[in-house]
Amino acid sequence: MARSDVQLMLDVKAGDELSFELLLHRYRTPVVHFLYRMVRDQATAEDLAQEVFLRVYRARAQYEPSAKFTTWMFRIATNLALNAKRDGRYRQLEVPIGPPGETPGGARETNDGQPPSVEVADGRRGIESELIARDRIAVIRRAIEALPEKQRAAVLLHKYREMGYDEISKVLQCSESALKSLLFRAYETLRIELAPLVESGPATAPRPKPKEVRTS
Amino acid sequence: MNCLHMEKSLIAYLDGKASAPERRTVESHLAECGECRERAEQFRLLWGALDEWTAPPPSQGFDAAVLARVAQEPARGGFWAWLLPSLPSARAAFALTALVVLSLWLSSMRPGRSPQVVVAQSGEVDFKMIEDLPVLEDYDVLSNFDALSDLPASSAPTSQVQPRL
Repeated sequence: MARSDVQLMLDVKAGDELSFELLLHRYRTPVVHFLYRMVRDQATAEDLAQEVFLRVYRARAQYEPSAKFTTWMFRIATNLALNAKRDGRYRQLEVPIGPPGETPGGARETNDGQPPSVEVADGRRGIESELIARDRIAVIRRAIEALPEKQRAAVLLHKYREMGYDEISKVLQCSESALKSLLFRAYETLRIELAPLVESGPATAPRPKPKEVRTS
Repeated sequence: MNCLHMEKSLIAYLDGKASAPERRTVESHLAECGECRERAEQFRLLWGALDEWTAPPPSQGFDAAVLARVAQEPARGGFWAWLLPSLPSARAAFALTALVVLSLWLSSMRPGRSPQVVVAQSGEVDFKMIEDLPVLEDYDVLSNFDALSDLPASSAPTSQVQPRL
């Protein structure tokens, strides 16, 4: 039976380095994904994610299982991302076409963190669909990026991380009621901004979309 | 319920996380409010569209980079880890205590500022005062100018004692 996050962290506290590697393996993908969507640059996201895990490691001696491990870790990640954007340490890169590894149309990263296999577009129609799909992603990214930072973090944790309201409100340090209003306003903004995109529908016939990996 | 109340309830309703009473209230409102009904439907479509944005996986060297940084961290229980407390408040207290001890030590090292010397200097001043006591006793006599009033007026030229303005 897999050890819980709390147990792993307590083992790290007791000096078990292997437990830290297990935590790293369990949460590297969700943390990098969250930070990538916060800062929109893969290299920056990975730098910040390294910092998140380093801070978790450094705090092992003081760790007390008073809060959920993921709440604590994502609060560190959120604060690092917001601080990085505020002080401009990392230049946000505008990537015109999806960065390496990002594929439109619902292709998902695999559980072991390996890039998904590249699908060869079927002729000109396939290429057009691919370009339209990438354009749609760029529009979605810009709309989310334009949200106020707290709304953006709330949407990313709610929509892409599928966190519960209780946990998100603890990460963002607000009440659950305030969080629901925050989410409502964020989705209302996105609904208006992305109305043409939503009405036009996806570029390609919908493919089966597995849930985004929550832990890997 | 009116449209404003939907701000607190609609997301939880669409997530399937609303309580039974809350769900009934929202459904009752949606049945009679076309605008909120349309918004709810568009939220569902929006969430589907947001799924199109996927994120790339961490690079191959990510774990190795984290573990390399972790390996550079000082080992727990080392001299400095033992000497320096880890909590910020404890660190501040430690630094303050060290500063006080250092300043006391430095002040004790200065020869002219030691308490014993101060006492000795004080004793010397006292002795000097005792030595000058006869002069100080005469001070009352010297400062009493009543005797001068007995002198003839011609011998006290008042023009010379007028302060210059």
